[in-house]
Amino acid sequence: MLYSPNPPPLGRILHLYNSTSRKRSWGSSGQRFHLNTMEFSRERRLKARLAGDRRGDLYPHSLQFYLQPPTENISLAEFENFAIDRLKLLKLVENLGVSYVKGSEEYKSKLGHELRKLKFPYRVLAEDDYDARRKDHISHFILRLAYCQSEDLRRWFIQQEIDLFRYRFNELTDVLVQKFLKYVNLSYEAISEEVKEKLSVQLLNSTPGLSGAKVEELVFYKVPLPDAMDLFRVRRVYLLNGIAYVPHTDIIAIVLNNYRIKLSKALALTARSLPAVQSDERLQPLLNHLSHSYIGPDYSIQKNTGKISLELIDALSVKSFPLCMRQLHKALRDNHHLRHGGRIQYGLFLKGIGLTLEQALQFWKSEFIKGKVDADKFDKGYAYSIRHSYGKEGKRTDYTPFSCMKIILSNPPSQGDYHGCPFRHSDPELLKQKLQSYKIPPTGITQILELVKGMHYQLACQKYFQLTHDVDDIGFSLNHPNQYFAESQKLLSGGREVKKETSEPESSQQKLSNQKSTNSSSILTSSNTDADIELEGLDAYFTED
Amino acid sequence: VAKNYFQRREFSFTLRDDIYVRYQSFNSPQELEKEMQKMNPYKIDVGAVYSHRPSQRNTVHMGAFQAQEKELVFDIDMTDYDDVRRCCSSAEICSKCWTLMTIAIRIIDRALVEDFGVKHRLWVYSGRRGVHCWVCDDSIRKWSSALRSAAVEYLTLVKGGSESVKKVNLADSIHPFIRRSLLRFTDALADVKQVSADLLGCRGQVSSPPAVLMGVNGSPVRESLLREFPKKRDSVQRWELLKTKMDKHRASSKKACHTEWEIMLQYCFPRLDINVSRGVGHLLKSPFSVHPKTGRVSVPIDLQCLDQFDPFAVPTISGLCSELDAANEEDGEKENEAEPGAKRRTRDYKKTSLAPYVRVFEQFVEEMDKWRKGWSGGGSEL
Ligand code: SF4
Ligand SMILES: [Zn+2]
Repeated sequence: MLYSPNPPPLGRILHLYNSTSRKRSWGSSGQRFHLNTMEFSRERRLKARLAGDRRGDLYPHSLQFYLQPPTENISLAEFENFAIDRLKLLKLVENLGVSYVKGSEEYKSKLGHELRKLKFPYRVLAEDDYDARRKDHISHFILRLAYCQSEDLRRWFIQQEIDLFRYRFNELTDVLVQKFLKYVNLSYEAISEEVKEKLSVQLLNSTPGLSGAKVEELVFYKVPLPDAMDLFRVRRVYLLNGIAYVPHTDIIAIVLNNYRIKLSKALALTARSLPAVQSDERLQPLLNHLSHSYIGPDYSIQKNTGKISLELIDALSVKSFPLCMRQLHKALRDNHHLRHGGRIQYGLFLKGIGLTLEQALQFWKSEFIKGKVDADKFDKGYAYSIRHSYGKEGKRTDYTPFSCMKIILSNPPSQGDYHGCPFRHSDPELLKQKLQSYKIPPTGITQILELVKGMHYQLACQKYFQLTHDVDDIGFSLNHPNQYFAESQKLLSGGREVKKETSEPESSQQKLSNQKSTNSSSILTSSNTDADIELEGLDAYFTED
Repeated sequence: VAKNYFQRREFSFTLRDDIYVRYQSFNSPQELEKEMQKMNPYKIDVGAVYSHRPSQRNTVHMGAFQAQEKELVFDIDMTDYDDVRRCCSSAEICSKCWTLMTIAIRIIDRALVEDFGVKHRLWVYSGRRGVHCWVCDDSIRKWSSALRSAAVEYLTLVKGGSESVKKVNLADSIHPFIRRSLLRFTDALADVKQVSADLLGCRGQVSSPPAVLMGVNGSPVRESLLREFPKKRDSVQRWELLKTKMDKHRASSKKACHTEWEIMLQYCFPRLDINVSRGVGHLLKSPFSVHPKTGRVSVPIDLQCLDQFDPFAVPTISGLCSELDAANEEDGEKENEAEPGAKRRTRDYKKTSLAPYVRVFEQFVEEMDKWRKGWSGGGSEL
């Protein structure tokens, strides 16, 4: 058990939302999930058990988009158990995704095993699966509460839920797939044999891994562009005249796309109603704990604000910056400029290591005015965006430094950019040269490049940390550039206390995910809608032409 | 069109000394016109259509004020080609590198129409070193930022930042989008070869192979290319050499390999700035603005005569002023001073070199209007 609460003050009833005083919405559906102050009644539960028909109506499929929030009352103990079980499940989903090819036999059997063990729906055909489906439903909604709180949490949660959903969808039989598609309103018109013949070459060339014979036997659907986003984004589908021609085998992408959009909207909505939940002192610690046992702190709260002096940055960039930030720092010093992607990634990192707003303004200005930007232009334009990132302008969002996952998955660098993760976004050849110039021993370089090849970018970065700090075991699992910095500083100042310091009981969980890394080869990685929206305000002024 | 669509549209003015005034909105085009005369902005940007009037955004609940619609816009900027241009750099352009822009417009425009089914799009010269494209179809204006970036990703082949050398990697089977773009290319290739003699790294560094070849690590022909390239004098010869080698190689190996195209694409394929397209709320300079640095008017480009379009020949603000003066002097006597101002102005621009460009714009608007009327009045088969 991860969390043992004090006996709940109001008996064993969980009151999530008080229907009379605070009506809040759980999800996009606009449905209310009411938590009355009514005592839990055994009678009600019994009734619910007996009402077999209605139970069937509730969960007609083993799979769902979680559109309707649960409406029943549940005990705090059950709440907690459900939450923890789902967290275990998602954690496993994450780890499996790193260790195995998604969809491989091993992956599937391990995941299936866990689903059964934790009593989630695992046999798609099982009729009397009510308890498992209910648990699936409720636990999903509980974790939404814990994982809607920040962009990083949402990103993580969506990613794992999507992977889980993919597995479960792929287990469905053809008949069930059709039923499910109808159920969620995603049925499309199939193209005729004639049309298919006419387009066969194009269809073949647009869908990697299809053979000519396969094209002949597969059904292709006409799908509107927005639904086929994840497919055309990676050019994996044939587009003609605003229609995507999607083979039956890729329908999963459409379903996932749809699910992702719904889930991400719902999370945003839930986040807005969060204050109400947070004021519930029984839930708050649990929810916080649930989320923190995951991706760790978000480095938005700076303990060191003002403790870094600007003169130190050059030295720090060599000693304690991860490669991504070191690269940005050097580019900035060399070019006296960074394009917006770099400014944001590096700027927020600096904020995270403790630069105050005033320092940040000074830092950027002194560098930019050495280049083509004069002081006046800086004050008018760039200064705004820096204040913005400190939450002093515009939407007044206090932007948090980017995690590795975000850097690796979203907004890849393009021409003239220096942001991104060098392990992910550099040519291996250049990376090798760079590491050589940093005096990493050849064996180390080989190991790092191996990890890069296997797309374990964060592990590669960990290895780099190990080699540059001369430690055998770094004792943490890297998922944030600011974490890299903090750990490095701890180590260099000689004051790194062993594990005790890593706060809270999360270390066991952390260890479990020591293999944490991101498999961005998967073609259907998230498209990070939220992130983009958040970034928008920062850069709106800087289109120069 | 929804009621108060115009009122919910953001306009942003850039005033003297780079003072930005964002989130302005107006009750009517006339009001916008008045404000423009009063404020005399150096630059006008057009933003999104919001859930509420942008000028009143502070009166609505935080978070409720949302960008709902905007044209899907693309920005192609010559500076993004700096690693393959040798004739100019950063803000400069010349007719040589403008060819790259022409190719870019052709490729993107084809894909917009044939792949995405776009009906209404306007290409505009930015006034200095790039072009903008405004896609105005009703359904696309509603696209989320995720969809917008997906479209840009679909259209992007050249990937990777300053830390990667080889930026185009083709899969074994070539997607129809690329194939069709390549067709456009071979049309334009003659130009390219002729115009940019630097294409394969000849100018100034005859002995060294183009940097991009260094990135062709996996390519089996790399070694021999490295040896023979310096012997070839110009890019046409080098291209031929590369192509022959690759043909030979392909004949002897089963694995697909498109190195020569990858190199060619890296030089010539359109480079879109995803940040401009992605955000629904992102601002983009209004057509017919005067570029503050060059004085050139940002004019629409007639795709029918794309090859004739000369960025250096577009009207400039000073040119227009003298044209107007000259025209007014000419028929100064006939001019009736009592004529209403607005009417006079519409007539006036027709006396200048701006007239044909306004015509392009008008045609675009008329087309859209016709389409929309057909839509609402016509049958449901649309
Ligand atoms: S793994 Fe994370 S910290 Fe390391 S370089 Fe990449 S983004 Fe930076
Ligand atoms: Zn040039």
